[in-house]
Amino acid sequence: MNNTVDREPLIEVRDITKVYGEEPYAVHALKGVSLAIHRGEFLAIMGPSGSGKSTFMHLLGCLDHPTSGSYKLAGQEVSGLSRDQLALVRGRQIGFVFQSFNLLSRTSARENVELPMLYAGIARQARDERARSILEKVGLIDRMEHRPNELSGGQQQRVAIARALVNDAPLLMADEPTGNLDSASSVEIMTLFQHLNQENGITVIVVTHATEIAAWSGRIVTFHDGLIVADHGSAEGAA
Amino acid sequence: MSFIVLVRTAWKALLRNVSRSLLTMLGIIIGVGAVITSVAIGSGAQAVVLKQIESLGANLIVITPGSVTSGGVSLGSGARTSLKQDDVSAIEANVPEVAGAAPYSQTNAQVVAGGVNWFTVIGGTTPAWLSVENWNLAQGSFFTQDDVSRVSKVAVLGSTVAANLFPAGGAIGSTIIVKSVPFRVLGVLATKGQTGFGRDQDDVVIVPITTHQERLTGQTWISSILVSASTADTVSGVIDAAERLLRLVHHLSPIQPDDFTVRNIANVQQVRMATADTQALLLAAVAIVSLVVGGIGIMNIMLVSVTERTREIGLRMAVGARGRDILLQFLIEALSMASAGGVIGIGLGIGISFLASRFAHWPTVISGFSVFLGFASAALTGVVFGFYPARRAAALDPIDALRYE
Repeated sequence: MNNTVDREPLIEVRDITKVYGEEPYAVHALKGVSLAIHRGEFLAIMGPSGSGKSTFMHLLGCLDHPTSGSYKLAGQEVSGLSRDQLALVRGRQIGFVFQSFNLLSRTSARENVELPMLYAGIARQARDERARSILEKVGLIDRMEHRPNELSGGQQQRVAIARALVNDAPLLMADEPTGNLDSASSVEIMTLFQHLNQENGITVIVVTHATEIAAWSGRIVTFHDGLIVADHGSAEGAA
Repeated sequence: MSFIVLVRTAWKALLRNVSRSLLTMLGIIIGVGAVITSVAIGSGAQAVVLKQIESLGANLIVITPGSVTSGGVSLGSGARTSLKQDDVSAIEANVPEVAGAAPYSQTNAQVVAGGVNWFTVIGGTTPAWLSVENWNLAQGSFFTQDDVSRVSKVAVLGSTVAANLFPAGGAIGSTIIVKSVPFRVLGVLATKGQTGFGRDQDDVVIVPITTHQERLTGQTWISSILVSASTADTVSGVIDAAERLLRLVHHLSPIQPDDFTVRNIANVQQVRMATADTQALLLAAVAIVSLVVGGIGIMNIMLVSVTERTREIGLRMAVGARGRDILLQFLIEALSMASAGGVIGIGLGIGISFLASRFAHWPTVISGFSVFLGFASAALTGVVFGFYPARRAAALDPIDALRYE
């Protein structure tokens, strides 16, 4: 049984489309995309603005429903799930990292990291221990009680990464994670992603427009005009 | 998300902007303050009325001659003579559940004692009067049935009369002169205070009914009969029985109207009670209006807060918050704000009630019920007016919320 799970992709998208609005003014953001991502992959999604990469990322992140097509996440079909069911999937399977960090202001690093655990219903003691160990992992244990405005950009993003990891999600999705950082901090953050991917087997998907960031990944998927136009480094070749 | 965490999150959000939270609460504070004050003043007035009924005796029934409902036809002076001492005896003997019955006639006269004189009410009755009126003696003794039969010239003074005629004391055994008739003072009544209508009940001199009739007024009839029922529950039964008995004793045919009126003191006081209720109702209306205004204030600020924190809502949704979690978060925030306003308002209401009784001498009573009512109405306002903003927050699309600038 373990073998079948291992061979099954973490993410399996088939013929997915996303249409905004009604004909004749409808915008076809995704025009039939299929992609498989296996556990342990480090993948970059690239493409110009309006190529559909953000829409694709939202669908993968279970933040939105596809118009048609199928999306299996860890073997579970999620394309037809309700809002609340998607929230559960997000809480358990996916950690998000954003360009603008999205930390709660006037709230300590530790409490920011604890936030997903509040919604997962984890007890206070366990929350506290877990938050400490994750913050230690990202090297911020001594900044634990600092508020976001007392931390540098790189530190804030590390808090956000700790928050994304705290529920043991197998999938980490980062949307332009270095967009607001200087190059030194960018390297620091990408090194952390690489470490998490290689040492902890976490599947990392980074959406970026910067080739030097995409270069950290093992596989680069390029979008153009609502379709995947290139898939370099895929274990199975182009989709 | 556990309830404690929700409450802590809500308080943190409120404390983030204390002055705004306080200003938002203002309507609730005033509303709850008005609720507490209105109930305090209303129940204070009620307590006074109840105390007065108690002092008069809630079981007291008053029978007066004449009928108030005689088809608009005045019965003239003849009707005022319809009550006799025999009626008192008949009621006492034949109506069950009667604890006591006493005649009572009164006239006004100048009373002289030594070099002092005082204009007061002279009441004529029998010894039963003391227990029927639920009154006590402060000093000396009351006159006896013997005094009544022998038409003795004896008197019992109300405390106001005693204080005015005998400021130095020593009333017992002294002689007072009423309408040229000397009376020996047997006793002084305990102080009873004012009636519900502001009359000083202690401004009275009580003499035997027979002496009153023969020496002072010359009337052969009596002005009223006071009857006390054995318990409050039997009052209406006694009223019915007394009415039937008096019709019989007065030989009234079925088509003749009553030549007397039977009333209960509680009935009279109910009117006053209703007035107090009306006042409380008006204040309650003010309270409801300001609670609604306060609620709209809360709704307004909560809508602003939802807009300000759109990204936070998006983030919470991204990390696993369901619509229900967001709804509860904002609902509890509104509820916390309203409850805090409620607590401050309760303090304000108690303060105003205290000042009202201290400086305006209004009787006020702060009851546990009014505090509960004030808090509950604040909390209800929070939930009702917090619901719409909370639902809007919960219905946000996570992507739009995350992108919101």
